[in-house]
Amino acid sequence: MSAREKVAANVANYVDERTGAASWMKKNLQKVFPDHWSFMLGEIALYSFLILLLSGTFLTFWFDPSMRHVVYEGSYQPLKDVEMSAAYASTLHISFDVRGGLLMRQIHHWAALIFMAAIVVHLLRVFFTGAFRKPREFNWILGIALLTLGIVEGFLGYSLPDDLLSGTGIRIAHAIIQSIPVVGTYLSFFAFGGAFPGEVFIPRIYIVHVLLLPGIFLALITVHLMLVWYQKHTQYPGPGRTEKNVVGYPLMPVYMAKAGGFFFIVFGITALLGAVASINPIWLYGPYTPGQISAGSQPDWYMGWLDGLVRMAPPIETYLFGYTVSWNILIPGLIIPGIIFTGMALYPFIESWMTGDKKEHHLLDRPRNVPNRTALGVMSLTFMLVALINGGNDIIATHFDLTINQIMWFSRIGIIVLPPLAFVITKRICLSLQRADRELVLHGKETGRLVMLPHGEFIEVHEELSAEKKYTLTQHQQPAAIALVKEDARGVLNPKGIRAKLQARFSAANAENIAKPTPDELKQLEGGHH
Amino acid sequence: MSSELEPLADPGLPEHIHRKADTDPIAAKRAERQVAVLFSLSAFGTVLFLFSFFFVDEDQFIFVPIMGSTNAHQLGIGIGMAMSLLFIGFGAVHWAKTLMPDQEVIAYRHEMRSEDSDRQDFVKAAKAGAETAGLGRRPLIKRSLAAAAGLAGLPAIILLRDLGPLPGNSLNETNWKTGTRLVTDPGDRPIKASDLEVGGVAQVMPALAAGKKRTLEDIAKDAVLLIRLRPAEFQLDAERLSWTHEGIIAFSKICSHMGCAVALYEQTTKHLLCPCHQSTFDVTRAAKVIFGPAARPLPQLAITVDSEGYLVAKQPFTEAVGPSFWERKS
Ligand code: HEM
Ligand code: FES
Repeated sequence: MSAREKVAANVANYVDERTGAASWMKKNLQKVFPDHWSFMLGEIALYSFLILLLSGTFLTFWFDPSMRHVVYEGSYQPLKDVEMSAAYASTLHISFDVRGGLLMRQIHHWAALIFMAAIVVHLLRVFFTGAFRKPREFNWILGIALLTLGIVEGFLGYSLPDDLLSGTGIRIAHAIIQSIPVVGTYLSFFAFGGAFPGEVFIPRIYIVHVLLLPGIFLALITVHLMLVWYQKHTQYPGPGRTEKNVVGYPLMPVYMAKAGGFFFIVFGITALLGAVASINPIWLYGPYTPGQISAGSQPDWYMGWLDGLVRMAPPIETYLFGYTVSWNILIPGLIIPGIIFTGMALYPFIESWMTGDKKEHHLLDRPRNVPNRTALGVMSLTFMLVALINGGNDIIATHFDLTINQIMWFSRIGIIVLPPLAFVITKRICLSLQRADRELVLHGKETGRLVMLPHGEFIEVHEELSAEKKYTLTQHQQPAAIALVKEDARGVLNPKGIRAKLQARFSAANAENIAKPTPDELKQLEGGHH
Repeated sequence: MSSELEPLADPGLPEHIHRKADTDPIAAKRAERQVAVLFSLSAFGTVLFLFSFFFVDEDQFIFVPIMGSTNAHQLGIGIGMAMSLLFIGFGAVHWAKTLMPDQEVIAYRHEMRSEDSDRQDFVKAAKAGAETAGLGRRPLIKRSLAAAAGLAGLPAIILLRDLGPLPGNSLNETNWKTGTRLVTDPGDRPIKASDLEVGGVAQVMPALAAGKKRTLEDIAKDAVLLIRLRPAEFQLDAERLSWTHEGIIAFSKICSHMGCAVALYEQTTKHLLCPCHQSTFDVTRAAKVIFGPAARPLPQLAITVDSEGYLVAKQPFTEAVGPSFWERKS
């Protein structure tokens, strides 16, 4: 034993005698992780969160979350002697008078955008591959919670500097709170400590932004990862991969090196963006005052869809029995987002009910093999995309020489018409991809080589697929529709009535697939010639 | 629920193909050198960071293609930091890919659910626990505990009571009173009708009592836009017309939709536009909404002139300004 080994052994012995960690570590250092680029999306979200913790902590050393009025005396000349809040002045100070301060601000903001983008794309991967199915429903719900809180956290974050742009965002948040029936006015007075804007809102959201929500994030992310660990990662189907195993690389050393290295790559790219790409130049907007506004005001992208929904809402407000209800704010600002997020959270249970599938799944779906789910996903995305486009309607109008009126009507009609259209088209595409898979398995790949048969006929040579490839294309299960039981053998009506009928309808739609080739079909073809 | 079609046979994991560095010591040595070079580039990045931080002047600007004139200090520390991080990452990943074992291994899963015997034992233990505590047999304890626990949550909510005052009537009030002078913002100078040309726009505030300072809460309710048209251009009823003065009409600047400042005035169309969600108001028709999500016109302020000829409010706003709320009288 070398001297170094002896030291290591002593330390290990010391720790193990007190914790018994060795037996746990032994098992887990060899934990197997399947490898696929799409499994890195969640990692990006995790690493951006760590970057947010680090860069955010740096910012707290100088940021002064106060709405107290000060007169700016820093080195940015255009705002010299201007009256502003301490929050805005300290953000200017970070940007111009703290070395590396601007870099850190920009890293923090870029990391926030990457964090949200990674969460969304990760969620789409989980959705389209069916990774949310039993036993992973809890983790899906945790993911939706993280997404929702991420949107809130990001909004609170860019509201902190108290510039003209972000103050306008707070003004809108205030109006949404105030629009809540019965309690809205009271809630807004409690949240803002009185009338808008007051002097307490920024200090309050500050503590939520730097302590409360990050704490909740840490807790939720920990549980999220523990569940991934404990349930073991899903894997894409392929030869040798079954519902009963995990094929991949051991944690130590390969996965550790790759994941650890990847953290530095994500951090490095964020730093590079912070170094070369200006973001949220608050000094250009000026301090917030309710009497002014900067034209073309845009929220961060993860809020854009909400803004788009608000912009396209029809101008409906009711005044009944002496009370006012602003449907033009409530519907796009609270009701639709509420439906969207609740629907997303419940989706695993809805799908399992529609398909009657109660089994555990560890092999991922290829999206084409589950046309209904895939179409539903594309349909929802289309809805969000139209909303997002409308959120930038003023920018689009100036760039593409359209009127805002044209874009507004495109969005109002599009948000109703395009999603169902997207559903139908996606489902068709999935089915034709299934057909193509079937052709491939049965008749092989087209090679483009022509040969002349003895009797003069030309045929194209098809190259047979490898056994591995054939297996990958046919390993999935094709669900059968649930038969509708109207009444049982003794003539008793099904007590579930309409629910059973609905379920039968859904499961029938779900079972619409192109039959995959069976071994018998293959054998017959091999017997013949082609 | 799946059809019972027999799947094609699983050919099993494909055979592992060795990389060059696995068998060729020269290739392995080359990979090792590449990793070391990547790690050294990271160290170079750190040096660049240190140099820029301490020795590049904070006001030093340089020309960079595409980016244009750029602060050299900022760029140097940013690029330095990015390099020092990125190349550690590149090095580690390259190391893992070329030199660490790339043979996939198989681990086995077990079903998530516990063994039946464990489940039964659990139920037994839980029941036995509840039994000894007597929860089932002593409903009085169970119910009083539930009530107490529920009530104990109340202080937590009550404690939040002082987060803010009750709204009272404050949302219906502004600083515009009968006879309040209109003053310029910024500047706080009283104005006369002749100060505003036809086609002109001005932002005004209510004159403050001496010694009082205007707060942001004041601005959020009091901001008013003056617009001067030719009187013939108005299409107003008699009452609203009497609220104007020599073609000058006054509206709350706070959007009736969600409270943004309605800041854009198009002279040719005589439309006021709110940049937040593009609600558009027709000035000639008492700020009627002609486009966008706002459901109400901007409240109009009745104006006239006082004995000295300065513009004043004829009366307070007759409705609440700003976004709607539950108790608002429409
Ligand atoms: C998921 C986590 C987080 C997100 C999405 C997020 C997002 C943001 C955003 C978008 C800004 C505006 C930056 C700007 O352009 O000025 C911001 C500001 C800020 N954040 Fe965070 N943040 C997160 C976590 C944290 C944490 C953990 C801390 C501190 C421990 C922190 C401290 C701050 C501070 C002090 C500011 C204001 C300073 C400034 O704007 O320059 N943040 N945050
Ligand atoms: S706040 Fe003016 S249009 Fe929404």
